[in-house]
Amino acid sequence: MTAQPTDIATYNFAYLDEQTKRMIRRAILKGIAIPGYQVPFASREMPMPYGWGTGGVQVTASIIGPDDVLKVIDQGADDTTNAVSIRAFFKKVANVTVTTDTATASIIQTRHRIPEHPLTAGQVLVYQVPIPEPLRFLEPRETETRKMHALEEYGLMHVKLYEDIAKHGRIATTYAYPVKVEGRYVMDPSPTPKFDNPKMHRSPALQLFGAGREKRIYAVPPFTDVVSLDFEDHPFEVQTFDQPCALCAAENVYLDEVILDDHGGHMFVCSDTDHCEKRREEGHRGHLAPETHLAPANMEPAQ
Amino acid sequence: MYVAVKGGEAAIANAHGLLADRRRGDRSVPALRLDQIVEQLALGVDRVMSEGSLYDRELAALAIVQARGDMIEAIFLVRAYRTTLPRFGYTRPIDTGAMLVERRVSATYKDLPGGQLLGPTFDYTHRLLDPELATGADVAEPLQRAREAEPMPRVSAILAREGLIEPDGKMPQDHIPGDITREPLEFPMARDIRLQALSRGDEGFLLALGYSTQRGYARNHPFVGEIRIGEVELELDIPELPFAVPLGTVRVTECQMVNQFKGSAKAPPQFTRGYGLVFGQSERKAMAMALCDRALRASELGEDVVAAAQDEEFVISHSDNVQATGFVEHLKLPHYVDFQAELDLVRRMRAEYEARENPAKAEETKEAAE
Amino acid sequence: MTDEPLLRVSALSKFYGSRVGCDNVSFDLWPGEVLAVVGESGSGKTTLLNCLSTRLLPSSGTASYRMRDGQFRELYRMSEAERRFLMRTDWGFVHQNPADGLRMTVSAGANVGERLMAVGDRHYGKIRATAVDWLSRVEIEEDRIDDEPRAFSGGMRQRLQIARNLVTGPRLVFMDEPTGGLDVSVQARLLDLLRGLVTDLGLAAIVVTHDLAVARLLSQRMMVMKDGRVVESGLTDRVLDDPRAPYTQLLVSSILQV
Ligand SMILES: Nc1ncnc2c1ncn2[C@@H]1O[C@H](COP(=O)(O)OP(=O)(O)OP(=O)(O)O)[C@@H](O)[C@H]1O
Ligand SMILES: [Mg+2]
Ligand SMILES: [Zn+2]
Repeated sequence: MTAQPTDIATYNFAYLDEQTKRMIRRAILKGIAIPGYQVPFASREMPMPYGWGTGGVQVTASIIGPDDVLKVIDQGADDTTNAVSIRAFFKKVANVTVTTDTATASIIQTRHRIPEHPLTAGQVLVYQVPIPEPLRFLEPRETETRKMHALEEYGLMHVKLYEDIAKHGRIATTYAYPVKVEGRYVMDPSPTPKFDNPKMHRSPALQLFGAGREKRIYAVPPFTDVVSLDFEDHPFEVQTFDQPCALCAAENVYLDEVILDDHGGHMFVCSDTDHCEKRREEGHRGHLAPETHLAPANMEPAQ
Repeated sequence: MYVAVKGGEAAIANAHGLLADRRRGDRSVPALRLDQIVEQLALGVDRVMSEGSLYDRELAALAIVQARGDMIEAIFLVRAYRTTLPRFGYTRPIDTGAMLVERRVSATYKDLPGGQLLGPTFDYTHRLLDPELATGADVAEPLQRAREAEPMPRVSAILAREGLIEPDGKMPQDHIPGDITREPLEFPMARDIRLQALSRGDEGFLLALGYSTQRGYARNHPFVGEIRIGEVELELDIPELPFAVPLGTVRVTECQMVNQFKGSAKAPPQFTRGYGLVFGQSERKAMAMALCDRALRASELGEDVVAAAQDEEFVISHSDNVQATGFVEHLKLPHYVDFQAELDLVRRMRAEYEARENPAKAEETKEAAE
Repeated sequence: MTDEPLLRVSALSKFYGSRVGCDNVSFDLWPGEVLAVVGESGSGKTTLLNCLSTRLLPSSGTASYRMRDGQFRELYRMSEAERRFLMRTDWGFVHQNPADGLRMTVSAGANVGERLMAVGDRHYGKIRATAVDWLSRVEIEEDRIDDEPRAFSGGMRQRLQIARNLVTGPRLVFMDEPTGGLDVSVQARLLDLLRGLVTDLGLAAIVVTHDLAVARLLSQRMMVMKDGRVVESGLTDRVLDDPRAPYTQLLVSSILQV
């Protein structure tokens, strides 16, 4: 913590007080005990706005220790402004080592993506969640949706998928695609593209979800069944891309479309920047890869 | 050739540098001091204290400067600070009946014990811009009546003597007042919790909802029983001591709306009440809060829930401006991963649509593309 | 008919504060039997129906339902989960106003398919085929399957509501003025349809109506209510042709005069 110019306002180390962290850890433990169940918790105001990852930040702040190595991504990228900002926050308030390397991170906080590099046992993936309730847009009332979860009344969720197929010939949900966890709770995986849903299934990593504004925490413990909802004759499918990454030639990864000019020129590149850089270091070249080699992914040590 | 954009950290630092510069503005103009804000923009400070739910004028003033006068941003700064503060305990309920009153008006009685006290009000000022203020001219000392020993009972207490108004009501013996800063909100909620949420709710939002009840969206025939503004004592019970320890005073605005009520299956005909209480001086907020509180008691009093202002989940879920601004503004964060997913879907559905509507043309474009 | 009733109702009362909703109502309903509840406005018909269908809790009295396993269960002692399950599988509820019983913003097909999906059907094609079949049974053209009920006439909506309720093969259906808001010719067609379905499916039903013609056409037995109480009950033909209670006589004669 840097010195304050006056002592008019000071903040606790690691921002959250220990009492709050204990309260959040209890919520996390409850979430782990009941996979997919949304645990209400007394979300705190954070020094970043609601909707900007306060849930994820509170979860991370409650579980992080001095030996942890933190990676923060937004849209799969380590260098998007909000990811940079959250990483800087933890560097400042917890003085932890930060990294962009998926494999060496012990905690990965994410918004909208799951890294391409497979996660391993011992890693924790913390999702920032805007609207935790998968039934919210079918039923706006919290009192009613809680009852639907309690009674396992999920027919309405399939009504929505039915309507998609009837109207569009296919399930037209592309992100925040609902899943059923361990055969019991229907859960919103946060607005990750459905491309990432299969990565959640029986992942060796612990997956924690924090929704700050909506005051909910939920969890998927390691090796838990996470099944995307579908119909037998319209099975869940992920997006496929016609071409590999233009920079690293990766296939079967999630790609961002980058506009090159205003004449319709565009290219597709890995949304996971760490993955893309690693591949290029290994010598993979896409058809639009630049000549010069990019600097290696950086490990920033704690100060 | 495309190269992935790097250096987000530098960009952010530079942006914040620019923000600091713009906040300070022209360096030849003296910088604002916090005491100037506390003294001269006192109602803005009060709003930040009230919706930031932290009674500290100096911090509120700091937040206002830091936020460049953006009130919701200032409220947010105060909230994010208060949440880190340790909790020593809960004070006893304040006694607004024992308030050191600076302003007190009632619309239901012409005169009443303790009298009507206009106090420092905008009411009856003619809203003409005053060029004198721009010159910083001296202001004469005000005249104030000498403090009277006469007690100033709350209007609700006066009406209660006839049994014509619902009493203050008692919580069950074992009721522990909730704390919305420590427990997640759950619906339906007890009134103590709801009042806390309303007290820190956005002034504009509550004003609009309160206004809507006056225009017939859940009309409830309100009268201002009383508005009082002044200082009340804060006292804290400390387990080791046999008496409550005085902590000092806070300034609050209290509004009691008195609402006509014909009675229902659940309650006799009598006046009912809507209650508003906020930090500092803010009549508008306290009144709007009281209107909303009354509207939200619809189910309790056996009234039909027909309008937005009566819908607890709707009102309370959307009244917090720190939450609201965060979620509205988060839309400017990158969403391109999701957008990509939608783009892909729309492209495919569009292609299918073209093929269906105009098979020949679709075939042509396909060939041209290949 | 088996030798045990489907529903046993005993001394059921519902008070709204001091106002009587229904008072001390007892009867048995047999499998496949249609019971009409008639009486003037405010006599407690809807109150009774809502209590029986557990949409409302009575002030006193009991109602037991014979589950598919043959066991009687007391309705008001069931958990909410069990009651809601009954409501979407073994029971149906046809509202007077179709908008109360339909999802107005999803297609007709999904309205019919919802109950199937709620009980675990996960084959889109089969769900759709069942929906088509049920739409045709209530005389709605197959090509309307993807339309929302908003685009349907009043009579069509009511038929859609009936299909939506019957798709899971319930054993008991509650109907509150099923032909209420419809004009006479539409009513006649709907009644025909209902009568056919009830007979074909061997449904038991409790039909609330103030229209004695509806009672005559649909029911085998009827109950006449006044001020919350049952003033007369018996076989429909007997009650209508030979009313015994003075109030029933008044009711019958006033209709016949029209
Ligand atoms: N929610 C309620 N609160 C208070 N009283 C009610 C309520 N619902 C019904 N009642 C009263 O209970 C009595 C029976 O009403 P109910 O709706 O059961 O009559 P009904 O026979 O269905 O009438 P209609 O033919 O007009 O539909 C009436 O006196 C009515 O005013
Ligand atoms: Mg009725
Ligand atoms: Zn790549």
